Amino acid sequence: MSKYSIFSLARNALSYHEDWQRAWRSPDPKPEYDIIVIGGGGHGLGTAYYLAKEFGYKNVALLEKGWLGGGNTGRNTTIVRSNYLWDESAALYEHALKLWEGLSQELNFNVMFSQRGVMNLAHNLHDWRELNRRVHAIRLNGIDSEILTAAQVKKEAPIFNVSPDSRYPIMGASIQRRGGTARHDAVAWGYARAADARGVDIIQNCEVTGLTIRNGKIEGVETTRGAIRAKRVGVVVAGHSSVLADMAGFRMPVESNPLQALVSDPIKPVLDCVVMSSAVHVYVSQSDKGELVIGAGSDLHVSYSQRGSFDIVEGIMGALCELVPMVSRLKMMRQWGGIVDVTPDRSPIIGKTPIDGLFVNCGWGTGGFKATPGSAHVFAATLAKGEPHRLAEPFALDRFHSGRLIDEAGAAAVAH
Amino acid sequence: MFLIDCPWCGPRQQTEFHCQGEAHIARPKDPDALSDEEWANYVFNRTNPKGVHFERWVHNHGCRRWFNVARDTVTDRILAIYRMGEKRPKVKS
Repeated sequence: MSKYSIFSLARNALSYHEDWQRAWRSPDPKPEYDIIVIGGGGHGLGTAYYLAKEFGYKNVALLEKGWLGGGNTGRNTTIVRSNYLWDESAALYEHALKLWEGLSQELNFNVMFSQRGVMNLAHNLHDWRELNRRVHAIRLNGIDSEILTAAQVKKEAPIFNVSPDSRYPIMGASIQRRGGTARHDAVAWGYARAADARGVDIIQNCEVTGLTIRNGKIEGVETTRGAIRAKRVGVVVAGHSSVLADMAGFRMPVESNPLQALVSDPIKPVLDCVVMSSAVHVYVSQSDKGELVIGAGSDLHVSYSQRGSFDIVEGIMGALCELVPMVSRLKMMRQWGGIVDVTPDRSPIIGKTPIDGLFVNCGWGTGGFKATPGSAHVFAATLAKGEPHRLAEPFALDRFHSGRLIDEAGAAAVAH
Repeated sequence: MFLIDCPWCGPRQQTEFHCQGEAHIARPKDPDALSDEEWANYVFNRTNPKGVHFERWVHNHGCRRWFNVARDTVTDRILAIYRMGEKRPKVKS
């Protein structure tokens, strides 16, 4: 892999940028691997990368049914934060945030991580009390979190209407200044390039159609490009986790729902932080291109259609026009949906399955992007050792019968 | 978004309805006899299929009555609508 730098840029300029090396190879699958990672989104690609880099695995394949980052990695609103309430979540998401902070250098790929701050609004007394409680709990876990008054919110984000007479009055907000956004595609591409450079076979257009299981132990996978043997298999397929679990013959506490987002036409800079409101299910930031990136709520029925209902869009745009009156003059350019895998406690599932050698990393629901490096790192450790990583341990599948749930549904600043 | 043919009110917009998840999950007859795994399976585990899903809907902004729907989760096409308590119909996606 040739290193990207100002010098390589200058050198390639001489040949009119026509001779850039491909960022990753496109190998045919080998008959057998030590570890197969299913799913070529950020979490899967990162898992493959850390397996090669941190745990010295040379014989790893990553299988992707479509193209890299074509699922939820390319469909989210790119928000990164670690302001979660419960200790287990705080540790996991903060682990991710610390990896985000050095990711561009580590991967030699600009993931455009921008720590512009993430604000969560409080609209009523209950919101305000809950937000204060949360801020202090987060600070006790050593994670940065501050409280802003309505006047401070206005100063940070002048386009917001903080009038007490508005439909959704803003009483104040919490802000995590180390939070922000990153370029989602670059995260997938950066991990893919770095994993490939360390010998991982990234195989695209290769859909897993079955799992080979003998005596309760995984032996390989059936794919559209033939059978591949493996000692261990990691499933990182987000919305399709239940489909893979069905192939293995067990059920999961997961339901797949469409979650939508949309972008406006590009305008001059008006918003230099991320603003979220759980109460009205809207989160908004401005991309470097100038588009307002707006996230909505999810539909409540099971769907794999990758498109959501229009009434959700209508609902959040109505709320956003009240919160940010200038939005009423904007045109919305694109709208899309992704399929999120939602668990009953809104926390991910990382670790072992009833099948020996088959591991799962799923259930990130509506907020997986922010966790990408941390999720990938702890899952790689879990796959490498065959035992859950310390930070992944509380997120095991067996918590649903032990009763040790990590209930982030109402607790974290999550817009569900 | 789709139209749902309420068995009592006729075709109405989806926004009038609320989906209440997978249908035909029978409450265990003797919960005390269940192991933790069996209880978790009843409370939390779902089929979540890519294809035909049998699910409960309620017409909460209309007649407020419940009914079952068989829907293809890939196309959102509704394949059958039937009353609570009826057996799941044979449908093809």
